[in-house]
Amino acid sequence: MAKTLYEKVWDSHVVVAAEGEAPIIYVDRHLVHEVTSPQAFSGLKVAGRKLRAPEKTFATMDHNTSTTSASLEALSPMARTQVETLERNCKEFGVRLYDIHHKNQGIVHVMGPELGITLPGTVIVCGDSHTATHGAFGALAFGIGTSEVEHVMATQTLRQLKAKTMKIEVRGHVAPGITAKDIVLAIIGKIGMDGGTGYVVEFCGEAIEALSMEGRMTVCNMAIEMGAKAGMIAPDATTAEYLEGREFAPKGEGWSQAIAAWEQLKTDEGAVFDAAVVLDAKEIAPQLTWGTNPGQVVAIDQLVPNPLDARNATVRSSIEKALEYVDLTAGTLMTDVSINKVFIGSCTNSRIEDLRAAAVHAKGRKVAAGVKAIVVPGSGLVKEQAEAEGLDKIFLEAGFEWRLPGCSMCLAMNDDKLEAGDRCASTSNRNFEGRQGRGSRTHLVSPAMAAAAAVAGHFVDIRKPY
Amino acid sequence: MQPFISHTGLAVIIDSANVDTDQIIPKQFLSKVTRDGFGIHLFHDWRYLDDAGDKPNPDFNLNKPRYKGASILVSQENFGCGSSREHAPWALADFGLKVIIAPSFADIFYGNSINNGLLPVRLTDAEVKQLMAEVEAQQGAEINVDLETLTVTSPSGSVFNFEIAESARHNLLNGLDAIGLTLSHADTIANYEKSIPQWRV
Repeated sequence: MAKTLYEKVWDSHVVVAAEGEAPIIYVDRHLVHEVTSPQAFSGLKVAGRKLRAPEKTFATMDHNTSTTSASLEALSPMARTQVETLERNCKEFGVRLYDIHHKNQGIVHVMGPELGITLPGTVIVCGDSHTATHGAFGALAFGIGTSEVEHVMATQTLRQLKAKTMKIEVRGHVAPGITAKDIVLAIIGKIGMDGGTGYVVEFCGEAIEALSMEGRMTVCNMAIEMGAKAGMIAPDATTAEYLEGREFAPKGEGWSQAIAAWEQLKTDEGAVFDAAVVLDAKEIAPQLTWGTNPGQVVAIDQLVPNPLDARNATVRSSIEKALEYVDLTAGTLMTDVSINKVFIGSCTNSRIEDLRAAAVHAKGRKVAAGVKAIVVPGSGLVKEQAEAEGLDKIFLEAGFEWRLPGCSMCLAMNDDKLEAGDRCASTSNRNFEGRQGRGSRTHLVSPAMAAAAAVAGHFVDIRKPY
Repeated sequence: MQPFISHTGLAVIIDSANVDTDQIIPKQFLSKVTRDGFGIHLFHDWRYLDDAGDKPNPDFNLNKPRYKGASILVSQENFGCGSSREHAPWALADFGLKVIIAPSFADIFYGNSINNGLLPVRLTDAEVKQLMAEVEAQQGAEINVDLETLTVTSPSGSVFNFEIAESARHNLLNGLDAIGLTLSHADTIANYEKSIPQWRV
């Protein structure tokens, strides 16, 4: 029978499928960070259980870490306890840990792929919703809660019900200057922030195939922002080229076997999806969110929407609440919206290509008066590469701050947070109320759009001179 | 985990769609290394006017005297979206909630709730609307949620049916430890591991 990519990966991971029980599926790679793991490790200890496969478990610290100092002294007492608890747990259970002094340390979803931990056809989980990122490689990757983290630690498996399948095809090619972030925001704008709930989404079409691995990661990263269980993209030559030679990628005979296996990892002709969505790539303009969820998004040449145009009362009330929170008036042109903060970073957009795209707009320019802009590379390796290319100097000369790796202002668990009333152009993934700081407003954009907003002091249409 | 069989309790309404887990428990409270004590921070930014949590917002339903002691939360579509933080169901349960009723839930939150014995119940838009109207109309209005009969009984006596995966229902009714159950398949897991191709080990 013809199968989708998801069904192939699912079928190869079912360990037990008993009547009346949720199937048990095998987990190939378990990524761990400091915020969602301490209670899971404690649970193991209380029950006297072992960690089943420490060699398949990889830990880093990212959510709480400081981007201004690589010292534990820089952390709040609670954050420090959490980081030290991870260190202690990793030591006790024999888990590999990239701590704040290690060059591989970084945002868990940047670290995994760049070390070749993420592989096509694997099941990857992490106590973090943006685990969807790894689907860019044709892995089945999704975020889990801490009880499930403990379940994976104890059994190297998870109880899961099979999801429905959705195909999202982006036909044709995007216009120059349009990035993966614009593509995924346009998709979320079309299907809504819960349009993918209950589904595993496969992204396909020429515009997706044309993306680099980093672009594909940006797209899959935000699968959760449309409510999807996971996002996946079939592996191809781009995938193999990216992975070859990376630290944990298979080598020698193992590599040849892997390539042969990965060639089978595509949706068969005639396979049936439960739902399908099509977008025309050439219609996609630079995107930015105006409201308080990622589905509240428009193109840069559009206006802040009017609640009276909403399709029902619930949507109307959501738009009204969002407009009040973000302090914008219906009908405002997005290019007239001023910002005073810029954040370039997060597991969505902190990789080397993102920093290069931002640097194009920063080079030879200055951050506008009254704007504070920070650039937070996704990992120690990204930082090293950017510095080798001189990107740090471009940012610093333009007046951006150049920081240490971590999740930083995406969720503002460390000191990098917005103040009430701040308006931020952010390359992150969520514009929820208070996400980046209580009373602050977040507009999600691509790295190029964020850097351009930093120098202009307001949003600009980067397709035109500004 | 405590078994969940049937619960009757006072209901409170949050009449918003897309209540995300950042609202349920904001990031500044995620640095704890234990599972307890999150209830006081539940819905912090909506519930308190100040950062310290000393000044309750009198307009927020959870602070209103008529909803004191509520154990059932009724809300709108896509409840629990966003971050996978299990601190969200920990906070809801620690506050004293046993059941969340909404037209739809985000997937990760839905699973996390079941793993903590907090029952997420999906009803239709019309049924949720009716429940909200009845709860608002009558102070002290109680709702019954029965996991054996898979029914919700409104304050006026209307009975609504709901669905839940049989496996989840079984675990909740019996308060089963999911890890213990899976570990009973340890040999099958070990056999599966022997079959994993070298490149995927």
